[in-house]
Amino acid sequence: MTQTEFLNIVMPFKDKVFRLAKRLLVSTEEAEDATQEVLLKLWKNKKKIQEYKNVEAFSMTMTKNFCFDKLKSKQAQNLKIVHSNYEDKQTSLQKQVELNDSVDWVAKIIEDLPEQQKMIIQLRDIEEYDYDEIAKMLDMNNTAVRVNLSRARKTIREKLTNTHNYGIK
Amino acid sequence: MVLNNIEKLLEKYENGETSLKEEQVLKNYFSSDTVAPHLEMYKPMFEYFLVNQQEQFTKDVPLKTKRTFNYKWISVAAVAVLMLGFYFKQPIESSYKEYAYGTYDNPKDALNELETSLAMISSHFNKGASTVGYLEEVNKGTSALGYLNEIEKTTSIIFKN
Repeated sequence: MTQTEFLNIVMPFKDKVFRLAKRLLVSTEEAEDATQEVLLKLWKNKKKIQEYKNVEAFSMTMTKNFCFDKLKSKQAQNLKIVHSNYEDKQTSLQKQVELNDSVDWVAKIIEDLPEQQKMIIQLRDIEEYDYDEIAKMLDMNNTAVRVNLSRARKTIREKLTNTHNYGIK
Repeated sequence: MVLNNIEKLLEKYENGETSLKEEQVLKNYFSSDTVAPHLEMYKPMFEYFLVNQQEQFTKDVPLKTKRTFNYKWISVAAVAVLMLGFYFKQPIESSYKEYAYGTYDNPKDALNELETSLAMISSHFNKGASTVGYLEEVNKGTSALGYLNEIEKTTSIIFKN
């Protein structure tokens, strides 16, 4: 398999891998490293890539596992990954001004969710995978995904309603 | 009517029962400007989802093709070197023989050459031998010293007495 063939396979979902990694690891740099690592692993095993039924789902599972390993090792070192994205690449200053605080609130709320719910929200509401795919990626069954998703959505809504009301009441 | 529909969808959404299409409807609704005031709190959520979809991975991935070095080629190279070695060894040896035994084909020529060179050696040798001739003078001197022995004999006789 040549480099271009590989890139053709990988390009469509590399951003998704990155976003999932960022959802779990929070820091952009860490997420970039994780993505790089995952892609390199895929590249090293490029001979086996044809055997995978769904490379994308496989890579997402890999990303999940890799990030969990990362988080575990950080915990073992008694180090917390600090959110220190000094330069914000995703939104220009203009956009950031436009976005009100409440969007940041959503980010914070999601950050506080349990990891599983975080991932499910990421995969469903941001990446828009269907339930079966998510179930496969996360190695869960379909209903468990739905239950977790519903919980996560409700939590977000509740917390948002609270903060929303602070402004009024 | 629209609002009613959206509220229903929201309920389904919270229960995790919406399809992707229905979720898209919700996203579109909340990204528009006409959101009902009592649903205002959902807006940042969907906005956040949309913003996050845009985030991209920009870092380069160094994809190196790992060159698996084939050790077979080393043996091939070694054999090649050996063959070259044997090939070049032959002419060197033969030229060495030529050098060692001279280049004369005709024995007479060789004999003449040998005679002249031997004559040259002997003449030089004689030069050296003629200088050695002076050593005979020393011998004469030592033979003269032999008389001193006579004197010693006579003096020893005298001292005995």
